[in-house]
Amino acid sequence: MEFKKNITAYLFLLPAGIFLVLFFFIPFIQTIYLSFFDFSKSAYNPDFVQFQNYISLIKSPLFLKTIKNTFYFLILCVPILVIFPLFLAILINNIVKLKTFYKVLIYLPVIVSTVIIAIAFKWLYAPYGLLNYFVRLLGFEPVGWLTDTHFSMISVAIVTIFRGIGYYMMIYLSALLSVPNELYEAIEVDGASEFKKHMVITIPHLMPIIALVSTISSISALKAFSEIYVMTKGGPLDSTMTIVYYIYKYAFENLDLGLASAGSVILLFIILGFSLLNIFVFERDKYKI
Amino acid sequence: MIKKILKSSLSHLIIIFICILSVVPFLWLLSTALKGRAENIFAYPPVFIPKDITLENFKEVLKLVPILRYILNSLIVAIMAVVLNVVFAGLASYPLARMNFKGKKIIFFAILATIMVPFQTLMVPIYMIVLKLNLIDSYSTFRGYLGLVLPFAVSAFGIFLLRQAFLAIPKEIEESAVVDGCNSLQIFFRILFPMIKPQVAVLAIFTFISSWGDFLWPSIVLTSEKLYTLPVGINNMSSNFGADYRLVASGAIISLVPIIIFFLLLQKYFIKGSQDGAIKG
Repeated sequence: MEFKKNITAYLFLLPAGIFLVLFFFIPFIQTIYLSFFDFSKSAYNPDFVQFQNYISLIKSPLFLKTIKNTFYFLILCVPILVIFPLFLAILINNIVKLKTFYKVLIYLPVIVSTVIIAIAFKWLYAPYGLLNYFVRLLGFEPVGWLTDTHFSMISVAIVTIFRGIGYYMMIYLSALLSVPNELYEAIEVDGASEFKKHMVITIPHLMPIIALVSTISSISALKAFSEIYVMTKGGPLDSTMTIVYYIYKYAFENLDLGLASAGSVILLFIILGFSLLNIFVFERDKYKI
Repeated sequence: MIKKILKSSLSHLIIIFICILSVVPFLWLLSTALKGRAENIFAYPPVFIPKDITLENFKEVLKLVPILRYILNSLIVAIMAVVLNVVFAGLASYPLARMNFKGKKIIFFAILATIMVPFQTLMVPIYMIVLKLNLIDSYSTFRGYLGLVLPFAVSAFGIFLLRQAFLAIPKEIEESAVVDGCNSLQIFFRILFPMIKPQVAVLAIFTFISSWGDFLWPSIVLTSEKLYTLPVGINNMSSNFGADYRLVASGAIISLVPIIIFFLLLQKYFIKGSQDGAIKG
């Protein structure tokens, strides 16, 4: 009986298991394995070089710049994606009329492919484009949004933020439903201001969700690719080259699989750090067995 | 009273401003797409409403670029991804929620681990595996589709989402089915699976959207234009017509139509989905 029960469970798990092994566990081991080989002399007979790829990466000014760029991008996106959607969710939550209409409009960019959004923004960022029209209207010099190394990463981050706001706002909106109304009523009796009300009740109550949004938005910032590929291809002067783009370039353009795999392992450790923080600190209950 | 009205209209104003911001990039594309050859798209100050609205650009881009073919490809790939994800996640989540078996904990944590390792760090060996299995469009169209879909056939997100749904069903329902003589498969297909339809809908929609919008993987595996999905095709068009933004804008606008219809029809599930499935990053 016990044996039969086990078999039934395994059979249910089998189809998903095959795919997870084939497209997750084997590639996972392979990434680590490949990172110890040098493919630059021969793609078919790579040399085993131990940690040489990692050493080359750490010594490479380009890769160091890539890591710096990646974290710069993260710092540009994440605080805004954590705070601003919360602010919007609180505002929308208090509105009675047209609520669904507003939600649909703000959510719209989430469902559109990043490629299309990047194309739309490329057009806004054009030297004589719409954005520079407003910049000139305000009395400033036109900005080289995608050509000036000071602005290129900011311009890419704007696209990532644009696409993320609606998504995180929805997460906050559903979390707001769980804040008990009595708490607000009590503090309103004391004559607290709107601002104080949210500082004292809403934000402490939503802390786990704020933490969750911080983690998800950090990880998706670390994974960003499409907007960079479509708008800048890592340029100008490598100013928007992030780790993911570096891996893509070394694997599929330079065909240096060893170096790309070593880069993947480094990215893996960075993302793992963020994920573990989330799972063990904030989401322990969700994954209880 | 006056203060309250003022406050509420201020929130309305801010929200309306944000709503405008979130559609302006698309409206500006639309405006550019509707401008004729004679109209300067770089006019200063910019012209928001075209003087002579024309559909010429749309006709031309449809003639030059097989956008409808891209849409068909994206649709096939997204539907395959939805079916595989729903079936595999449905099957796998059932024992994780409802059965006790040897190795449950290990399997559970192995699936959990996959959430922490994004595709971006595994794409090099996944590409090699897909090559080895000959799942490339140069062999056949069908193999090309498989190569696009199979690496995303199972997601831990889906398994956890449906596991939560199964956990919420009272045990008594299952027990009475056992008394009636149903076996595990019958319990699963006839009783439990129909009960988690709302979460299945959420999984289906989110899988559809992420497959529809995916760019990185198709741009790695696809070799022939015949199998281009929408994001790859539109990006390709954009680099080919770079200078002619009327055409690029028209192509982009056409590609938006199906997904916006999909979204408007199913928007209540999107709202539900963000309540259930915040873990999909």
